[in-house]
Amino acid sequence: MGERLYLHRHSVTHLLPSHIKILAVLAFILVAVSTPITRWQTFLAFFALVIAAALFSKIPLLLLFKRALIEIPFVFFAILMPFFGEGERFEIAGIQLYREGLLAGTSIVAKGSLGVLAAVILSTTTTAREILRGLERLKLPTVMVQIASFMLRYVNVISDEMERMKIARESRGFIATGIKHWKVIATSAAALFIRSYERGERVHLAMLSRGFDGNLPSLGNPVVTTRQWLTALSLPGIALSTSLLFLAIGW
Amino acid sequence: MNTTPSLQISNLAFAYPDGNQALYGVNLTINKGERVALLGPNGAGKTTLVMHMNGIHPTMQGEVRIAGELVDSKNKETLKQIRSKVGIVFQDPDDQLFMPTVGEDVAFGPFNMGIRGDELNAVVDEALSQVGMLEFRDRPPHHLSFGQRRRVAVATVLAMKPEILVMDEPSSNLDPASRRELAEIVRSLDVTIVMVTHDLPYALELCERSVILSGGIIVADAPTREILTNASLLASHRLELPVGFTL
Repeated sequence: MGERLYLHRHSVTHLLPSHIKILAVLAFILVAVSTPITRWQTFLAFFALVIAAALFSKIPLLLLFKRALIEIPFVFFAILMPFFGEGERFEIAGIQLYREGLLAGTSIVAKGSLGVLAAVILSTTTTAREILRGLERLKLPTVMVQIASFMLRYVNVISDEMERMKIARESRGFIATGIKHWKVIATSAAALFIRSYERGERVHLAMLSRGFDGNLPSLGNPVVTTRQWLTALSLPGIALSTSLLFLAIGW
Repeated sequence: MNTTPSLQISNLAFAYPDGNQALYGVNLTINKGERVALLGPNGAGKTTLVMHMNGIHPTMQGEVRIAGELVDSKNKETLKQIRSKVGIVFQDPDDQLFMPTVGEDVAFGPFNMGIRGDELNAVVDEALSQVGMLEFRDRPPHHLSFGQRRRVAVATVLAMKPEILVMDEPSSNLDPASRRELAEIVRSLDVTIVMVTHDLPYALELCERSVILSGGIIVADAPTREILTNASLLASHRLELPVGFTL
């Protein structure tokens, strides 16, 4: 866990410093969400652009779409929106749809998908550690970066511990089948919480023993070339100029 | 030659906030370059004693000196000095190694001491090569075996160039080969070592001198061989040699 999302390939995107990749993705999302959904041609261009960026980064498209499925629970209600509401409505294949709801729902799904796809490209071409370093360079409060990096470091330790506790339970003949076993699971979760909490204290103690005073070492900033800036910012840049172009020619 | 003892503890007593007294007047002096095993049953106060050596536990009564300098947990400036002089290797390497890569973790201590840049890199490389883990510098700690993680944990404190190295149960959970490799590393280090352990053969192998802490006081302080051959002393403090082990 933690590095599972990263796909090792040799592409220009992989080599870009993480902070400018994060900026590029954020700028792209900003351009996407500020475009009205009624200008659907522009959105087709955005999707084409994201797919081109994925291909450029040597990410298999199947993997890209599989990972993007994570958004489904979040857009679930948006999918239902065309079927409920009020105002102008019309019928397609015997199903009543509401115009307002359809527009709002499509807008959420389209903009959400663009954001998720861009984020998937970021997480597939950048290790979790590098993303954290990037956030640090973007001056995100150190405490937040530190919390995230501790999570990254200990998620494996804790999940191993959980796995061992599960094996130990099962070795004594326990198999969780239903609601009557929730009590055992809850007790285990409580034990795991206490153990993690105590581990946190021991880690802190070990850090204090090495003179910790609130700052974690950072390995300095990489030099970013103009070329790298241009490469990274081409994604939001092309998106913005396409959007403006389509606006100018009246699509 | 500097003759100030690395560690000097006099009349150290300590009670936890809940009233449970752990130490009842400990006296212990360890000279520079010595390797001393700190033996004692579970709950004897070994960990509590170790936590006094770098001021994690405030001294309530008595005093602790590291290379002549008083450990005073209220004085932030000297405390930083003390912590760079006392390197504690904790029992569970996962408690000690928390940075994303081995190299960054080894850099953590010296960074806190104000070392930066190329000097920091050099210190990290040196510490890692002392434990034979240099090629793992860029690996995340959880990809290493337990024995490798323990060695890295040793490197994380060696990087601080400590006056005294305190190892809590260094041989626990190690396979025989890792145990031997760690012993070779310990022997190669030119530093004062306090080894907290229940592993009596390991103590005999590595430490010329042993002390037994039991019930919050030092009950024995002698050459390791002498202590381990005193069956009644060992038995009265819940210490036992492994079955079949003879001196």
